[in-house]
Amino acid sequence: MTAAIEFRGVSRVFGDVRAVDDVSFVIEPGEFFAMLGPSGSGKTSCLRLVAGFDSPDRGQVLLDGQDVSSVPPYDRNVNTVFQDYALFPHMTVLENIAYGPRVRGVDAPTRRQRAREMLDLVQLGAQGERRPAQLSGGQRQRVALARALINHPKVLLLDEPLGALDLKLREEMQIELKGLQRRLGITFVYVTHDQGEALSMADRVAVFNKGKIEQLAAPRALYTRPDTAFVARFVGSANVADGALAQAISGSGQPFAIRAENIAVQAEGAGAPAGNINAAGTVVAVQYHGAASRWQVKLDAGEVWSALVTEDESPSLNGLSVGTRVKLSWPREAAVNLLS
Amino acid sequence: MTLRAASTFLYRRPYWYLALLLVPPLLWFGTVYLGSLFALLAQSFYAIDEFTAQVVRQPTLATYKQLVTQPANVDIVLRTLTMAIAVTIACALIALPIAMYMARYARGRMKAFFYVGVMLPMWTSYLVKVYAWRLLLAKEGIIAWVLGKLGLMGLLDAALEAPGIGGPSLSSSYIGMFIVFVYMWLPFMILPMAAALERVPGSLLQASADLGARPGQTFRNVVLPLAIPGIAAGSVFTFSLTLGDYIIPSVVGAPGYFIGMMVYVQQGTAGNIPLAAAFSVVPIVLIFIYLSIAKRFGAFDAL
Repeated sequence: MTAAIEFRGVSRVFGDVRAVDDVSFVIEPGEFFAMLGPSGSGKTSCLRLVAGFDSPDRGQVLLDGQDVSSVPPYDRNVNTVFQDYALFPHMTVLENIAYGPRVRGVDAPTRRQRAREMLDLVQLGAQGERRPAQLSGGQRQRVALARALINHPKVLLLDEPLGALDLKLREEMQIELKGLQRRLGITFVYVTHDQGEALSMADRVAVFNKGKIEQLAAPRALYTRPDTAFVARFVGSANVADGALAQAISGSGQPFAIRAENIAVQAEGAGAPAGNINAAGTVVAVQYHGAASRWQVKLDAGEVWSALVTEDESPSLNGLSVGTRVKLSWPREAAVNLLS
Repeated sequence: MTLRAASTFLYRRPYWYLALLLVPPLLWFGTVYLGSLFALLAQSFYAIDEFTAQVVRQPTLATYKQLVTQPANVDIVLRTLTMAIAVTIACALIALPIAMYMARYARGRMKAFFYVGVMLPMWTSYLVKVYAWRLLLAKEGIIAWVLGKLGLMGLLDAALEAPGIGGPSLSSSYIGMFIVFVYMWLPFMILPMAAALERVPGSLLQASADLGARPGQTFRNVVLPLAIPGIAAGSVFTFSLTLGDYIIPSVVGAPGYFIGMMVYVQQGTAGNIPLAAAFSVVPIVLIFIYLSIAKRFGAFDAL
């Protein structure tokens, strides 16, 4: 089967910034593919290269096996949901949705009919005659989605589509988007800086950093077996021991990551299970999050690490608080070795 | 200390604060602008005594009757209106590509260059420019000379032979007057249009292309409708400035009178203040009609 999207050694340079730096990857048809990274990491630049708003300085972008590096956006079978939704303010909701068929020469009754179907698909049936300015953020988001889907694209690009919504709405829309993608069976390319969003929705995630892909893997693999310190920190919010710190803690220079939930907090003198690795430090902060508390501990080696303590474990920590000496302890096998 | 007390007093009483800031400019605006406008309106409802040439301070519609029934006066209004419409359309057509480039494509120094370039002519004396144009357009002027050298004199002659708008030379024809009007008011069209286009988010144009619209379709369906408030604002300037101007028609062009010249002549040499007032009400009425037509066509919907 031909790949839905393929990048072959793609670079895009703005001045002296390498926004995309020799990136290669393949997205399979029907895949929910997330591009995750902090702002300026190159994920949106890659999306723009797929949409056709920009062209690569080097390398090739292939859609469905065809090199589209010089094909303009209006000749690509790809549609985009924009971060700011980019709804046309002078058109009604229905006119916005029917815009794709309209510019492709579909007659008025047909495109109106199709726009109504799309409106029902995104559950906005009654809002067709309104202007975008009269809708809430969540409704605008759905209109943008309907407008992008009406042309039956092979690939749907979503540029931080939920960034402007509040938390509860964002979670609802995540479930809805995922369901929609399964039903329609089209390829979704989803750009986000929110690792939770990427992990919960995507089949595979590409983690971007400084114009390069740090790691491309399924969410579980990304979380449990990060390749690099960047991925461990950005995706898993893990504690990372680089060469010097690893040497101080475990006696070997092999860098490793250990996630906060795998670390137990104990009083300094308490005995730890045999085979555990331990590190001593001082508590600098305790943040209560409900189901668990996050303990920030400044290690004697200087770094501040965090440990997640569930409510069940909390009673055993009576008497420990900010300023007291503690011991962090974790099973040897919970540590993930990183590429140095 | 007293300053602090005054600040606290005003901070606690926002309406006093508002009144303090707003009353002086409102007084100025109300008396000097609106007051004189209403005084003018009132004048137009007086009439002049035919024998004594004195203004009779009795409300009457006689002056307006004179305005709309005398063919010469109606001609002046129609002539001015036609010129204003032609100038507005020409300004819109010329300004659109320039404004589009300034707002959407020019960056950094290029952008600054264009904005300064558009405004620079407005910093020069208006009279100097009008007289300069009379020389440029004269029979022996540089435009005729260049056309002659290019062997295009026939083209100019053909244009000048056009009935109604032609004349012995560009500087004494309505074509020449039209050129000077367009030159003068073009910045007033470019600037609001560029401002309107600057406000269109780039993502709208990308979304249009993304959905399959070719550049021409994006222009017609997205750019133009969103530029219309700017075009409407600019056209109010070009339209009203042409309707009211009296210097360009008296320096360049054919001998026919324009509204502005009539106002000047009637309140000056002729001493007929009521008729001058009635003539100056005409542009106000025409602009109101123009705006209501523009509103009906949805020019302000995107605001």
